[in-house]
This record gives sequence, C-alpha cells and structure tokens, in this order.
Amino acid sequence: MQGSGVPDQAGSKDSISTALVGKGGSGVVTAGAMLLTAAARCGRYGMMIPAVGPQIRGGEAAALLRLGESPINCLDDRFDVLLGIDWQHAERFAPDIPLDAESLIITDPSGGAVPGLIIESGARVHELEMKALAETVSGGRPNMIALGFVARLAAIPQAAVRQAIAEKLAPKGRDAVIASNECVLLGYDQAGRAAPLDEAEAEAAADATGDASRCRWLISGNHAAGLGALRGGIRFAAAYPITPATEVLEWLAPRLSDAGGTLVQAEDELASINMAIGASYGGIPSLTATSGPGLSLMIEGLGLAVGAEIPLVVINVMRGGPSTGIPTKPEQSDFNAAVYGLHGDAPHIVVAANSVTDCVYTTQWAVHLAEATQAPAIVLSDQFIGQASTVVDPIPAIAFFAKRRLADNIDENFARYALTADGISPMPLPGTPGGQYTADGLEHSVNAKPSGLLEDHVTQLDKRARKIAGFDYGQHWADIDGDGELAVLTWGSTTSTVREGIGRLSTNLTANLKLISLRLLLPAQPRKMADALRGVERLMVIEQNHTGQLYRFLRAWYDLPAEVESMHRPGPSVFRPGEIAAALRDWCRQ
Amino acid sequence: MSAELPCKLKASDYKSNTKPVWCPGCGDYHVLLSLTKAVAQIGLRPEEIAVISGIGCSSRIPAYLNCYGFHGVHGRALPLATGVKVARPDLTVICAGGDGDGFSIGGNHLLHACRRNIDITYVVMDNEVYGMTKGQPSPTTAPDWDSKIAPGGTGISPFYPLVIALASGANFVARAFSGDPNGTAKILVDAITHRGFSFVQILSPCVTFRPDQRGWKKQVHPAPVTPTSDASQAARRVMTDDGFNIGVLYKGSRKPYRQTVGTEIRFDRNLDEEFLV
Repeated sequence: MQGSGVPDQAGSKDSISTALVGKGGSGVVTAGAMLLTAAARCGRYGMMIPAVGPQIRGGEAAALLRLGESPINCLDDRFDVLLGIDWQHAERFAPDIPLDAESLIITDPSGGAVPGLIIESGARVHELEMKALAETVSGGRPNMIALGFVARLAAIPQAAVRQAIAEKLAPKGRDAVIASNECVLLGYDQAGRAAPLDEAEAEAAADATGDASRCRWLISGNHAAGLGALRGGIRFAAAYPITPATEVLEWLAPRLSDAGGTLVQAEDELASINMAIGASYGGIPSLTATSGPGLSLMIEGLGLAVGAEIPLVVINVMRGGPSTGIPTKPEQSDFNAAVYGLHGDAPHIVVAANSVTDCVYTTQWAVHLAEATQAPAIVLSDQFIGQASTVVDPIPAIAFFAKRRLADNIDENFARYALTADGISPMPLPGTPGGQYTADGLEHSVNAKPSGLLEDHVTQLDKRARKIAGFDYGQHWADIDGDGELAVLTWGSTTSTVREGIGRLSTNLTANLKLISLRLLLPAQPRKMADALRGVERLMVIEQNHTGQLYRFLRAWYDLPAEVESMHRPGPSVFRPGEIAAALRDWCRQ
Repeated sequence: MSAELPCKLKASDYKSNTKPVWCPGCGDYHVLLSLTKAVAQIGLRPEEIAVISGIGCSSRIPAYLNCYGFHGVHGRALPLATGVKVARPDLTVICAGGDGDGFSIGGNHLLHACRRNIDITYVVMDNEVYGMTKGQPSPTTAPDWDSKIAPGGTGISPFYPLVIALASGANFVARAFSGDPNGTAKILVDAITHRGFSFVQILSPCVTFRPDQRGWKKQVHPAPVTPTSDASQAARRVMTDDGFNIGVLYKGSRKPYRQTVGTEIRFDRNLDEEFLV
C-alpha cells in the first residue's frame, strides 16, 4: 500500500489494459470488438470504450480495452499497451490513455512518428510493420495484424480470435475471413518475438480451443437500457437521434416491432416526447431516449406528463454540457436539469443506473414506477456506461412489469383525478365507454375540468405530490455495501470506479467504510437515508460534474453527518480507481 | 358523464356540459357544432374518438366534447395526436387548433405530419390572429394589419396553409367556413372518412380582435371545382385561389403511415440469446 497523498498509479494486477488508435476507417474499433469477443470466449471478462474525436464521424478513432479474470466495470489507471496503426491526431486521446515506464507503445514506422505527448510517458516503444506485413497477405489489413499482436500480449488463444473473426466477418465472405486469419497469425508471431510468453502461458495459449461454452453476455449500457425497457413492458418509443443515446433507439426499433410495438422517428425532441405522451395516454407503455440538449427541449413535455398524469419514461444518456458541450464524453451534469428543470411544482421520478448491467434493472424499474404512479420517470445514464461494450454474466430477469391502475367499471360518479388515499387515480383508456375525459396541462378539478380555483390547485398539487412521495420504492433506492463510521456516497457510472478504488485500500480502512450508491435521486428518501447513515460520522460525496450537483441536493433534502466532503470534477475524462483510492486514503486518515 | 347513450346518437350527444370560454359570436362555436354533426353522421361512438389539441382559444375544443380528449402544450397537438393514433389505430383521431398553434409554434410538426400521412384529421380554425393573448399577428395575418406588438403591420407576407399542406404531402386538403355549419360538417365527414392525413382549414372569425372578419360571410364562395386526386392540378388551385374558395380541393390516394402498435403484446425474439457471446 502506498503512502498518503501519492496517487495510486499501480493499476490492477488482475487485468490488462490495451488501447488501439488509428484514423477513421483504420478498423481499430473492429479489431477491439473482436478482441473483446475472443476474450469472452475463453472465459474472461472485459470492457471496450470506443472513442472518437470531437467531430463524432471521420477523423481519429480509438478502442480502449480492459480484460480480466473477474468482472470489469471501469477503466484502470493506466494502459499496459498502446498500439497505433497511425498517429493522426492521436495525441487527442493522450489524456484518456495514461502510460508509464512499464507500458508498451507499438508503432508502425510507416504510420508516422509517435507524438511527443505520448513518448513523454517514458513507455517502451516497439516497432511493428503492420502495413507492410498486411501487404504480404492478399486482402490483408493492418488492423488484423494489430489484433493478432495484442491478442497474444493478452494471452488470448488464437482459436478464440479465429472464432471471433469468423462470426464478425462471415457476411463479408470466406476470403475476408481467411485473409484476416492469416494476418492475425502474422501478428501473433511478431508478438511472440517481441514479448515471448513464459513456457506455461505459451502452452496454455496453444492448447486452448477458445471454444468455451457461450456463457457470457456482450452488452452496452444503451442496449441494456433497451432490454430493460422491453422487459418492463415498453411497446412504443418516439425518438430523435442524438449522441450518445442513439444506440438505445436503434436497438429498440426492430425489437419493438417484434414485440408487437413500434418506434417512430420524430422530427425533433419536442415531437418525440409528445408522441410518447400521446401513445401512453392511449394505454401503451411508452418512452423516449435522449441526451442533454434533447432533455432541455423535452422539459415542457415532462411537465405536461406530470400535470395530465401520464406515465412516461425518458432515458437521458448524459454527455458533457452545457449546450452542445462534449457530445462524445461522459459527465454527471444533468442532475439539476432532471431534478429541478420543470417549471411549477412538478413531482416526478429520477433514477440513475450505476453500471452497464444496472441499465437493465434501473430502466425496467423506471417503467414500473412510471406506470404505477402515472408520472414521468427520467433514467439517467451516461456516455461511459451507455457506449461501453462489456462482457458480463447473463443478466437475470426481474419481476417488474408495467402495471397501470385502470378504470374499468365506470359509474356516473367517476372522476379521472379523484382524490385517493395514495394519490393514484384509476385511469380510463380511450375506448372505455363512459370514461371520456380531457387530459389537460391546465390545472383541473377531480372531473378533469379546467380550473383556476385555489381548492382544486392545492388538492391536485397535494395528490400529485402524495403519489410520488408515498410510493414504496423498497430497497431499490440505493445499493449499499459495507459498514462503518465513514461513508462514501455516489451515483451513476462513478459507482463502479469508486467501488474498485475502495477495493484498493487496506482492509483496516475498508473495514470502517460504507459505500452508498443512490439509484433513486428523486423523490428524496430522508428516512431510508437516516437509517443508512446511522452511526456514520463522516461522509464523502463523489460525482462527475463541476458544481457538486448531488452534494447540494443532499444538503437540501437530507440530515447529513457533521462532516461532509464533496469530491467532484467535470468530464471529459472519467474518474480512475487509483485517483479515488488516493483521495479516500487521505480522507480516511484525516 | 353517462355510460349509457342511445344506439343512434344526435349531434348534441357529443357535447359536454362544459361552457366554452369563447366570446359571443366566435366562429369556433359553429366549428364545434359542425364537428358534432359530422361524427354523428358517420355514426362514431364518443368513446371511439380522441380529440387532441394544443393551446389557444380554439384548442379548448376537446373539453367541450363528450369524447376522449387531450389538451396538451402549445404547438404540439400533432405529435400528441400522432402518438395516440400509432398506439391506438382503432380510435378515430381528430387534431384541432388555431393558426398560431399549428402554423407558428407548431409549424414544423405540420410539415412532418403531412409527410408522415398518419390517418388523422387536422382541423385548423384560422382567424389570422392570436386571440387568447389579445390580438397579435399570426402567420396568416396580412402584412399591414396594425397591432400593439407590430404597429403599422408586420410587413411580412402571410403563410398559405393549403399550399404548405399539399406540398408537404397531406392526403386531403380542404377549406371550410365556420358560418356554414352544414357545409363544414359535410367537408369534415369527407375528411374524417378519407384515409391518411386530412387537412381542413376552417375560416373561423374572431369577432373580438378581428371585427373586420364579420365580412367573410360575404367573401366566401364554393370552390368552382370538384375534388381532384391530381396534386399538380390541386397545387395550381391553391396557389391561385383568393383564400375564400370553400370545398374539398384535393383528395389523394397515398398510402397512410403503416406503423402501428398491435393489440397483442408478444415476444417473438429471444432477447437473452442475442447477447450471448
């Protein structure tokens, strides 16, 4: 264990981190995806973050990979290997790919000089003539030479790589598969010369068939959110494309059709949220997915869903803000917009997914909550977990399924917005005889008639607040690990990094440390938090934004221990576990 | 609200007991009457109809009907109606509102609703003014109309709704006049029963802020043509008419938007299987 105040740059010994960079079209992301699949096939876990320059399309690209024997949920502090097929604008990725003297840079002499910013790390440099080697194979490509090389460094058996190639390139035909296999073999041989494996590793790599049973899932947070939505009963989506949320929509479109539903591409976010509200009014569980700028446009629609009491799910995959901000990078800076953005007193639900896998669970829960409370639920995810391809254990199904309180038996006393004990009033679906009412963004009486009267306003405000505040959110409001007099509170994708950071502390520190990852951001749960914080003397709040948005919300809504520290910084770079470990080590010893 | 309505319904059976906010003499009263006549004539049950609107005087119309309704936010009536129709193709969906809601704040949705050709009817009560906010020029207001917000006029040429609707792909284009409730009801029957996106501009005077519009009843005249399915012929008509031609000007045969949510929810795909690696 390192001394106080020294950033933990040791990284993890149980995983290998590899970055592939190259100009757009060089195929680094394809090679990375194949490496990830091959790793899954031989029983490993892993994660790949595809990274692009600020222009989103064209230009430079990078694949950041981390492979290991146990589940991987965040990036490591450093990279073991950085391979550049070429170095066009590669220095833009330098902050995301920390290297040290133990790291290895692999460069093709024909791809230009390694940028100074990257050389400065002191990493060893190894030359690999990817372009020239690929030219010796008919139809060969440098990215497949690279794949073979890094696969061997990561001790991934050739057979597993061949399987990944066969599956990925099958649509391109047999010749493409053969050419890629030959290139991988060349890359593999070159790596053998550069960094010979020890005897046992070499034997294992040669013997392994890579034919492990297909027991893992390869999934991104955006696809996971789509899966959670479908499992939860969503059958209508309306959407406008936006980075980094588009994959939620593209994944959902064909699968909604197969499930008897549909996705409509709207003309803008104003249309998409109103389409979703219309469909939900018609009785079909509905969602839309977007990112910051789109969420801003949807705020008026969210208020309509609150006032008219229409169930609705909005998935917001956060990126750097404000305005267009940094579309391809994560930030946890839409907390305030999601929680406070609506005008008027507008009770609604905000939940946050805290890992790629949790995108399934949290989205499915959000569908359940929205349908049960007849209110909008915003799901906050971010670019990091949204676009990370991750090898995980299969994600089991959970029991939440959309269930709305419907008005079936309608008599002459029926009132759409009747004042019930729990605030939830039975909702008639269009087509139900006698249940006709006009849903309205205007304040209304129990009979859904427009009203500006004090009594109607107050009773309806109370009713809408009651149904959200009084709902039983069970134990899902937060994930809590450990126990002690010190507690770390975080949310969203930062959770996995914090968890790994805590794991790097000595046991005498972790024995007294509790981790609280908040899943339910709104409504606040003061009583549950009081239980969770019982006996806690000091609290550290960690989040990725410039102003400590959650910290300030906690200050307003919760009784906190006397000593509370806020650790927050903006994107675009995600927190690393060593950074968290170093900060916590200092804080624990204060 | 009673669950028991007679089998054969009269126009008045479609009205709710809510008193309109409209000024005495407002053209919208007659549009309300025409709409109830039209749905009664078609024989639709009130619970099978969804009337969707945004914000403005005319957008209050859903609450005055005994149908399912949604009074949403300003300018978003068409997306709201689109969602209802896609989710519930079994319903008859009528979208209604004014010229500000439909052509200004909601203008973009008009283009795309026409283009999408969803099987709904869009009724715009056009009075060339923002009435609810007490008299500002709308996209259909003449350039020299004097108002507090634009003294001496806007100097901007008005928007030609029928031209825009036709060019954007509306499958049915008509103009009606609120002062002729029977004629308007007839056009609405035609619009509601025609498949695809039907656009009906109803000249509906605002007697409070545009008293000059009392003169419309003398200016309107039946379109001296029969409906055409030839878009270029219809384009010539709407480009050259005087704005007071009343009747069905275009009836196309474009296929309506097909995506709908089925009544049966099923899982045809093993979602878990596709993530296995």
